[in-house]
Amino acid sequence: MAAKTFPVEASHILMFARSVGDDNPVYSDPEAAAKTEAKGIIAPPTFAQASAQFDPGYFLRPKVGQPWFGSGKNPTGITRAPGGGGGGGGGGGGGLHAEQHFEYHRHLKPGDVLTATQLPGRTWEKEGKRSGKLVFSESVTEYRDQNGELVITAKGVGVRTERPVDAN
Amino acid sequence: MALKAKDLKVGDAHTARLVEDLKRTQIVQYAGASGDYNPLHTDEIFTTKVAGYPSVFAHGMLTMGMTGKMLTDYVGDARLTKFGVRFTSQVWPGDTLDSTATVKALTEKDGVKLVELDVETKNQDGVVVVSGYAEARVD
Repeated sequence: MAAKTFPVEASHILMFARSVGDDNPVYSDPEAAAKTEAKGIIAPPTFAQASAQFDPGYFLRPKVGQPWFGSGKNPTGITRAPGGGGGGGGGGGGGLHAEQHFEYHRHLKPGDVLTATQLPGRTWEKEGKRSGKLVFSESVTEYRDQNGELVITAKGVGVRTERPVDAN
Repeated sequence: MALKAKDLKVGDAHTARLVEDLKRTQIVQYAGASGDYNPLHTDEIFTTKVAGYPSVFAHGMLTMGMTGKMLTDYVGDARLTKFGVRFTSQVWPGDTLDSTATVKALTEKDGVKLVELDVETKNQDGVVVVSGYAEARVD
Protein backbone atom coordinates (compact mmCIF):
# COMPACT_ATOMS: atom_id res chain seq x y z
CA MET A 1 0.00 0.00 0.00
CA ALA A 2 1.40 3.35 -0.84
CA ALA A 3 -1.34 5.80 0.03
CA LYS A 4 0.02 9.33 0.12
CA THR A 5 -2.48 10.35 2.76
CA PHE A 6 -5.04 8.10 4.37
CA PRO A 7 -7.80 10.06 6.12
CA VAL A 8 -9.42 7.84 8.76
CA GLU A 9 -13.17 8.49 8.71
CA ALA A 10 -16.01 7.25 10.92
CA SER A 11 -18.23 6.09 8.05
CA HIS A 12 -15.38 4.12 6.52
CA ILE A 13 -14.68 2.45 9.88
CA LEU A 14 -18.39 1.56 10.19
CA MET A 15 -18.48 0.01 6.72
CA PHE A 16 -15.24 -1.87 7.29
CA ALA A 17 -16.42 -3.26 10.65
CA ARG A 18 -19.69 -4.39 9.04
CA SER A 19 -17.80 -6.15 6.26
CA VAL A 20 -15.82 -8.27 8.73
CA GLY A 21 -19.00 -9.04 10.68
CA ASP A 22 -17.97 -7.02 13.73
CA ASP A 23 -20.92 -5.30 15.44
CA ASN A 24 -18.88 -3.96 18.38
CA PRO A 25 -20.31 -0.46 19.03
CA VAL A 26 -16.77 0.87 19.58
CA TYR A 27 -16.57 0.97 15.77
CA SER A 28 -19.90 2.69 15.10
CA ASP A 29 -21.61 4.34 18.08
CA PRO A 30 -19.85 7.46 19.43
CA GLU A 31 -21.74 7.44 22.75
CA ALA A 32 -21.19 3.77 23.48
CA ALA A 33 -17.57 4.06 22.34
CA ALA A 34 -16.97 7.02 24.68
CA LYS A 35 -17.78 4.77 27.63
CA THR A 36 -15.14 2.18 26.68
CA GLU A 37 -11.44 2.20 27.42
CA ALA A 38 -10.90 3.49 23.87
CA LYS A 39 -12.80 6.67 24.93
CA GLY A 40 -14.31 7.05 21.48
CA ILE A 41 -14.59 5.32 18.14
CA ILE A 42 -11.51 3.42 17.04
CA ALA A 43 -10.81 1.34 13.96
CA PRO A 44 -10.76 -2.48 13.91
CA PRO A 45 -7.30 -4.08 14.00
CA THR A 46 -7.00 -4.79 10.28
CA PHE A 47 -8.40 -1.43 9.11
CA ALA A 48 -5.03 -0.11 7.88
CA GLN A 49 -5.44 -2.51 4.94
CA ALA A 50 -8.19 -0.19 3.65
CA SER A 51 -5.51 2.40 2.90
CA ALA A 52 -5.70 0.78 -0.57
CA GLN A 53 -8.69 3.08 -1.14
CA PHE A 54 -6.33 6.05 -1.02
CA ASP A 55 -3.51 4.60 -3.09
CA PRO A 56 -3.89 6.36 -6.45
CA GLY A 57 -2.18 3.58 -8.37
CA TYR A 58 -3.68 0.59 -6.54
CA PHE A 59 -3.85 -2.10 -9.20
CA LEU A 60 -6.83 -4.02 -7.77
CA ARG A 61 -9.31 -1.17 -8.29
CA PRO A 62 -10.90 -0.46 -11.66
CA LYS A 63 -9.85 2.95 -12.96
CA VAL A 64 -11.69 5.30 -15.28
CA GLY A 65 -10.63 4.87 -18.89
CA GLN A 66 -8.41 1.87 -18.23
CA PRO A 67 -9.02 -1.78 -19.10
CA TRP A 68 -10.10 -3.99 -16.20
CA PHE A 69 -9.29 -7.70 -16.12
CA GLY A 70 -12.60 -8.84 -14.57
CA SER A 71 -15.49 -10.18 -16.65
CA GLY A 72 -17.91 -8.10 -18.69
CA LYS A 73 -19.11 -9.26 -22.06
CA ASN A 74 -16.26 -11.77 -21.96
CA PRO A 75 -14.77 -13.68 -19.01
CA THR A 76 -11.93 -11.16 -18.88
CA GLY A 77 -11.83 -7.59 -20.03
CA ILE A 78 -8.24 -7.69 -21.21
CA THR A 79 -6.36 -9.63 -23.83
CA ARG A 80 -3.13 -11.15 -22.74
CA ALA A 81 -0.84 -14.10 -23.39
CA PRO A 82 -2.06 -17.36 -21.83
CA GLY A 83 -0.55 -17.93 -18.41
CA GLY A 84 0.52 -14.34 -17.98
CA GLY A 85 -0.27 -12.71 -14.67
CA GLY A 86 -3.21 -10.43 -15.36
CA GLY A 87 -3.29 -7.11 -13.62
CA GLY A 88 -0.63 -8.16 -11.19
CA GLY A 89 -2.90 -10.12 -8.96
CA GLY A 90 -5.66 -11.92 -10.72
CA GLY A 91 -4.26 -13.87 -13.61
CA GLY A 92 -4.11 -17.61 -14.10
CA GLY A 93 -1.05 -17.81 -11.90
CA GLY A 94 -1.50 -14.56 -10.07
CA GLY A 95 -0.43 -13.17 -6.75
CA LEU A 96 -1.95 -14.15 -3.43
CA HIS A 97 -1.58 -12.82 0.07
CA ALA A 98 0.62 -15.14 2.13
CA GLU A 99 1.13 -13.29 5.41
CA GLN A 100 0.09 -10.10 7.14
CA HIS A 101 1.49 -8.63 10.36
CA PHE A 102 0.50 -5.52 12.30
CA GLU A 103 2.19 -3.81 15.20
CA TYR A 104 0.01 -1.23 16.94
CA HIS A 105 1.67 1.71 18.64
CA ARG A 106 -1.86 3.04 19.17
CA HIS A 107 -5.24 2.38 17.60
CA LEU A 108 -6.59 4.50 14.76
CA LYS A 109 -9.47 6.89 15.33
CA PRO A 110 -11.63 9.07 13.07
CA GLY A 111 -9.85 12.32 12.28
CA ASP A 112 -6.42 10.75 11.99
CA VAL A 113 -4.68 11.53 8.74
CA LEU A 114 -2.04 8.95 8.05
CA THR A 115 0.88 8.96 5.72
CA ALA A 116 2.30 5.66 4.60
CA THR A 117 5.96 5.00 3.96
CA GLN A 118 6.81 1.80 2.18
CA LEU A 119 10.13 0.18 2.98
CA PRO A 120 11.72 -2.46 0.78
CA GLY A 121 11.40 -6.03 2.01
CA ARG A 122 12.95 -9.39 1.26
CA THR A 123 12.18 -11.66 -1.70
CA TRP A 124 12.58 -15.43 -1.62
CA GLU A 125 11.55 -18.59 -3.50
CA LYS A 126 10.18 -21.95 -2.48
CA GLU A 127 8.94 -25.07 -4.26
CA GLY A 128 5.27 -25.67 -3.40
CA LYS A 129 3.45 -29.03 -3.66
CA ARG A 130 0.07 -27.50 -4.55
CA SER A 131 1.06 -24.72 -6.90
CA GLY A 132 4.57 -25.16 -8.32
CA LYS A 133 7.32 -22.60 -7.75
CA LEU A 134 6.41 -19.90 -5.23
CA VAL A 135 7.97 -16.45 -5.23
CA PHE A 136 7.46 -14.55 -1.99
CA SER A 137 7.97 -10.83 -1.58
CA GLU A 138 7.68 -8.80 1.57
CA SER A 139 6.76 -5.16 2.03
CA VAL A 140 6.83 -3.10 5.19
CA THR A 141 4.58 -0.05 5.55
CA GLU A 142 4.90 2.48 8.32
CA TYR A 143 1.79 4.55 9.02
CA ARG A 144 2.42 7.87 10.73
CA ASP A 145 -0.25 10.24 12.00
CA GLN A 146 -0.74 13.99 11.54
CA ASN A 147 1.83 14.60 14.30
CA GLY A 148 4.45 12.44 12.68
CA GLU A 149 4.03 9.70 15.28
CA LEU A 150 4.36 6.09 14.15
CA VAL A 151 0.97 4.46 14.79
CA ILE A 152 1.00 1.17 12.88
CA THR A 153 3.74 -0.88 11.30
CA ALA A 154 2.38 -3.33 8.76
CA LYS A 155 4.27 -6.11 7.05
CA GLY A 156 2.70 -7.96 4.16
CA VAL A 157 4.02 -10.97 2.29
CA GLY A 158 2.71 -11.71 -1.18
CA VAL A 159 3.27 -14.88 -3.14
CA ARG A 160 3.11 -15.49 -6.86
CA THR A 161 2.38 -19.04 -7.90
CA GLU A 162 3.16 -20.93 -11.11
CA ARG A 163 -0.42 -22.24 -11.32
CA PRO A 164 -3.66 -21.86 -9.35
CA VAL A 165 -3.49 -23.35 -5.88
CA ASP A 166 -5.25 -26.74 -5.78
CA ALA A 167 -8.55 -26.42 -3.99
CA ASN A 168 -8.07 -29.53 -1.87
CA MET B 1 -13.67 -5.85 29.57
CA ALA B 2 -9.96 -6.20 29.77
CA LEU B 3 -8.29 -9.40 30.81
CA LYS B 4 -6.40 -9.62 34.08
CA ALA B 5 -2.98 -11.26 34.13
CA LYS B 6 -3.73 -12.93 37.46
CA ASP B 7 -6.77 -14.71 35.97
CA LEU B 8 -4.84 -16.07 32.97
CA LYS B 9 -2.59 -19.08 32.63
CA VAL B 10 -0.67 -20.62 29.76
CA GLY B 11 -2.97 -22.91 27.78
CA ASP B 12 -6.17 -20.95 28.47
CA ALA B 13 -8.18 -20.81 25.26
CA HIS B 14 -10.97 -18.66 23.88
CA THR B 15 -12.94 -19.85 20.84
CA ALA B 16 -15.57 -18.03 18.81
CA ARG B 17 -17.50 -18.75 15.62
CA LEU B 18 -16.53 -16.15 13.04
CA VAL B 19 -19.01 -16.96 10.32
CA GLU B 20 -21.46 -19.66 9.36
CA ASP B 21 -22.02 -20.40 5.67
CA LEU B 22 -19.95 -17.48 4.38
CA LYS B 23 -21.93 -15.59 1.76
CA ARG B 24 -20.58 -14.15 -1.47
CA THR B 25 -22.30 -10.92 -0.51
CA GLN B 26 -20.09 -10.57 2.57
CA ILE B 27 -17.04 -10.99 0.35
CA VAL B 28 -18.44 -8.23 -1.88
CA GLN B 29 -18.96 -6.07 1.22
CA TYR B 30 -15.32 -6.60 2.21
CA ALA B 31 -14.14 -5.75 -1.32
CA GLY B 32 -16.02 -2.46 -1.14
CA ALA B 33 -14.86 -1.51 2.33
CA SER B 34 -11.22 -2.53 1.92
CA GLY B 35 -10.82 -1.33 -1.65
CA ASP B 36 -9.45 -4.70 -2.83
CA TYR B 37 -11.59 -5.38 -5.92
CA ASN B 38 -9.55 -8.33 -7.17
CA PRO B 39 -12.08 -10.24 -9.33
CA LEU B 40 -10.84 -13.50 -7.77
CA HIS B 41 -13.03 -12.60 -4.79
CA THR B 42 -16.22 -11.38 -6.44
CA ASP B 43 -16.29 -12.32 -10.12
CA GLU B 44 -17.28 -15.97 -10.49
CA ILE B 45 -16.95 -15.95 -14.29
CA PHE B 46 -13.42 -14.54 -14.32
CA THR B 47 -12.34 -16.74 -11.43
CA THR B 48 -13.60 -20.02 -12.89
CA LYS B 49 -13.04 -19.42 -16.62
CA VAL B 50 -9.85 -17.36 -16.64
CA ALA B 51 -8.06 -17.91 -13.33
CA GLY B 52 -8.97 -21.61 -13.07
CA TYR B 53 -10.33 -21.76 -9.53
CA PRO B 54 -13.51 -23.69 -8.66
CA SER B 55 -15.23 -20.52 -7.41
CA VAL B 56 -14.51 -17.10 -6.00
CA PHE B 57 -12.85 -17.16 -2.59
CA ALA B 58 -12.56 -14.79 0.33
CA HIS B 59 -9.82 -12.21 0.70
CA GLY B 60 -7.27 -13.51 3.20
CA MET B 61 -7.71 -10.15 4.89
CA LEU B 62 -11.44 -10.82 5.36
CA THR B 63 -10.57 -13.94 7.35
CA MET B 64 -7.92 -11.98 9.26
CA GLY B 65 -10.48 -9.24 9.92
CA MET B 66 -13.05 -11.71 11.23
CA THR B 67 -10.32 -13.35 13.33
CA GLY B 68 -9.57 -9.88 14.71
CA LYS B 69 -13.12 -9.69 16.09
CA MET B 70 -12.55 -12.90 18.05
CA LEU B 71 -9.37 -11.32 19.47
CA THR B 72 -10.78 -7.91 20.38
CA ASP B 73 -13.89 -9.51 21.89
CA TYR B 74 -11.49 -11.54 24.07
CA VAL B 75 -8.79 -8.99 25.02
CA GLY B 76 -10.94 -5.84 24.96
CA ASP B 77 -11.09 -2.65 22.90
CA ALA B 78 -7.81 -0.91 22.01
CA ARG B 79 -5.75 -3.59 23.78
CA LEU B 80 -4.01 -5.33 20.88
CA THR B 81 -0.34 -4.51 20.43
CA LYS B 82 0.51 -7.11 17.76
CA PHE B 83 -1.46 -9.29 15.38
CA GLY B 84 0.00 -11.36 12.57
CA VAL B 85 -1.08 -14.32 10.49
CA ARG B 86 -0.14 -16.66 7.68
CA PHE B 87 -2.88 -17.54 5.22
CA THR B 88 -2.58 -21.32 5.09
CA SER B 89 -5.63 -22.34 3.08
CA GLN B 90 -8.29 -20.61 1.05
CA VAL B 91 -11.72 -19.73 2.43
CA TRP B 92 -14.65 -20.39 0.10
CA PRO B 93 -18.27 -19.22 0.03
CA GLY B 94 -20.25 -21.58 2.25
CA ASP B 95 -17.40 -22.09 4.73
CA THR B 96 -18.04 -21.96 8.47
CA LEU B 97 -15.09 -20.67 10.48
CA ASP B 98 -14.15 -21.00 14.14
CA SER B 99 -11.20 -19.21 15.66
CA THR B 100 -9.23 -19.86 18.83
CA ALA B 101 -6.78 -17.77 20.82
CA THR B 102 -4.59 -19.76 23.22
CA VAL B 103 -2.45 -18.16 25.91
CA LYS B 104 1.18 -18.84 25.04
CA ALA B 105 2.92 -16.63 27.59
CA LEU B 106 2.35 -13.85 30.10
CA THR B 107 5.07 -11.24 30.04
CA GLU B 108 5.85 -7.72 31.12
CA LYS B 109 7.62 -5.03 29.09
CA ASP B 110 8.43 -1.56 30.44
CA GLY B 111 6.00 -2.14 33.29
CA VAL B 112 3.16 -3.12 30.92
CA LYS B 113 1.61 -6.55 31.40
CA LEU B 114 1.13 -8.44 28.17
CA VAL B 115 -0.43 -11.68 27.03
CA GLU B 116 0.98 -13.51 24.04
CA LEU B 117 -1.54 -15.59 22.14
CA ASP B 118 -1.42 -18.28 19.50
CA VAL B 119 -4.21 -17.71 17.00
CA GLU B 120 -5.77 -20.28 14.73
CA THR B 121 -8.86 -20.17 12.51
CA LYS B 122 -10.26 -23.41 11.09
CA ASN B 123 -12.99 -24.25 8.61
CA GLN B 124 -15.81 -26.78 9.02
CA ASP B 125 -13.46 -29.62 7.98
CA GLY B 126 -10.90 -28.71 10.62
CA VAL B 127 -8.49 -27.27 8.04
CA VAL B 128 -6.45 -24.36 9.39
CA VAL B 129 -7.08 -21.34 7.16
CA VAL B 130 -5.25 -18.74 9.23
CA SER B 131 -2.45 -19.35 11.69
CA GLY B 132 -0.71 -16.67 13.69
CA TYR B 133 -0.17 -14.79 16.89
CA ALA B 134 -1.33 -11.76 18.81
CA GLU B 135 -0.12 -9.75 21.77
CA ALA B 136 -2.31 -7.59 23.98
CA ARG B 137 -2.08 -5.45 27.09
CA VAL B 138 -3.71 -6.97 30.14
CA ASP B 139 -4.40 -5.55 33.60
